[in-house]
Amino acid sequence: MASERTAAIVGIHEYPLRVAPGVSAMNIKVDSIRAALRDAGLGWGDVDAIYDAQDGEAGGGLQLAAYLGIRPTVIDTTQVGGSSYQFHAAHAMRDIAAGKCRVAVLSYGSTSASNRVAIGTGGLGRGGPANWQQNMEAPYGATLIANYALVKRRHQYEYGSTDEQFAGISVATRHHAMRNPEAVKAMTDLQFVGVDEITPQDVLDSRIVADPLHLLECCMISDGGGAVVIASADVARDCRKPPVWLIGAGEATKYRENGGDITTSAAAQSGPIAFAEAGVTADEIDIAMIYDSFTITVAVCLEDLGFCGKGEVGAYVENARLAFDSGEGPALNTDGGGLSSNHPGMRGIFLLLEAARQLRGESTSQVPDARLAVAHGNGGLLGGTHTGGTVILAKD
Amino acid sequence: MAKRPQPRFPEPHTEPFWEGAKQGELRYQRCAACEGVVFYPRQHCPACGADELEWLVSKGEGTVYTFSVVRQNRMPGFIDLGAYSVAYVDLDEGFRMMSGVIGVENPTTDIAIGQRVRVEFEEQEEGEYPIPLFRPIG
Repeated sequence: MASERTAAIVGIHEYPLRVAPGVSAMNIKVDSIRAALRDAGLGWGDVDAIYDAQDGEAGGGLQLAAYLGIRPTVIDTTQVGGSSYQFHAAHAMRDIAAGKCRVAVLSYGSTSASNRVAIGTGGLGRGGPANWQQNMEAPYGATLIANYALVKRRHQYEYGSTDEQFAGISVATRHHAMRNPEAVKAMTDLQFVGVDEITPQDVLDSRIVADPLHLLECCMISDGGGAVVIASADVARDCRKPPVWLIGAGEATKYRENGGDITTSAAAQSGPIAFAEAGVTADEIDIAMIYDSFTITVAVCLEDLGFCGKGEVGAYVENARLAFDSGEGPALNTDGGGLSSNHPGMRGIFLLLEAARQLRGESTSQVPDARLAVAHGNGGLLGGTHTGGTVILAKD
Repeated sequence: MAKRPQPRFPEPHTEPFWEGAKQGELRYQRCAACEGVVFYPRQHCPACGADELEWLVSKGEGTVYTFSVVRQNRMPGFIDLGAYSVAYVDLDEGFRMMSGVIGVENPTTDIAIGQRVRVEFEEQEEGEYPIPLFRPIG
């Protein structure tokens, strides 16, 4: 492997609840940071870098640092939607490599479920000063889900991918969720109809939310959060658990363009940057943690990251091909994903958490001898303005 | 009558577009330097960086690039619409805009990618700006 090993995930924590009434986002963040530091064998005094997605009530790295009572030498409040945590991990890698910090903390907390936030079925906000995007799009009532549906429709038109093939993503992910007690509790607490394995037909029979996206192709809306501690190589060597190395990262944007191809996402730009830095290719990856806001998000990102050719993802994912125990491809979203385990609004941090669990051998759907993982976050609107953040992780 | 949200002002980029809508014109911009089509409205050309853009009027005809039929939403102004479509339409002049396809009996079965459509300005129950939507041609 060509890459230099300078930064590693050394501490992780996923907040166990998906319905947490009476708890604030800040509670979830701070509980998670404490637990992740304990997991690493580090203390508050070791933290010298804060990465924050402006979630929670406080808003931003400055307020979080003040709340925690630490004096970081690096504060980074990058907010690029669900992929924020891939961007944070990328920035922590280079800040550590540059010697600006040694122990970085990423955290997330959200109470979207308890607050009844209409993430998928809401549209552009109407608050604040008038802006150009609202003025051009608000009159059309494009819900967030409809925006992703625009991509699925075009993909099906261009490449003949079918609803049944896309359902293979939902089926594999649910298979993983049923093995994860926290995901089972999530689906139970969120009152899913049928907390059980599903078939492609179940997905096709679930109601259409925004044509052609069915309910079982859409992520849940949960409470939740977590934290990740990233440390320099010298610190990582003395931590409690084996380091999970960050060996490559790429960041990119994509937006609505006249005549552009809506079925190609920012992953087509961020993926090659990350893989080149890591010195590995998609076919070497054991664990694919791909942002599953919707089945179509996973589908286009798998193609754009090079797991299969453009337009070929239908056959690549059908019949739950990417289940951890199918033996056919990389294991996809082995925690149960946003579809069936955890999606409070910005899922990127959970991609890092489960990738780290797999490379430590701690997953509830463990792939034997998992060595390499990719965590790809997609933020914003897949059919409009969005980001792609790709992080490649390696076992010690 | 529909109750779609109105554009809000002051908003300098989009004001000429919406003033056009009041006159039944679908306006777009073109870069005076590289002649590239610019949409949504901006103050510079994203292709070449020039800041001299001219406003033109589209013939209002184009092709459905992709669409979705929304069955569930929590947005005021749309809750009463029933199932409605959201679409990207590629106008013949080379710009792509978000809009919707109207005037079909069943949006789930009567809209298709590649369908030819023409702009129509839909008056709203409230507000002075009619909304540009598209109706299948022929």
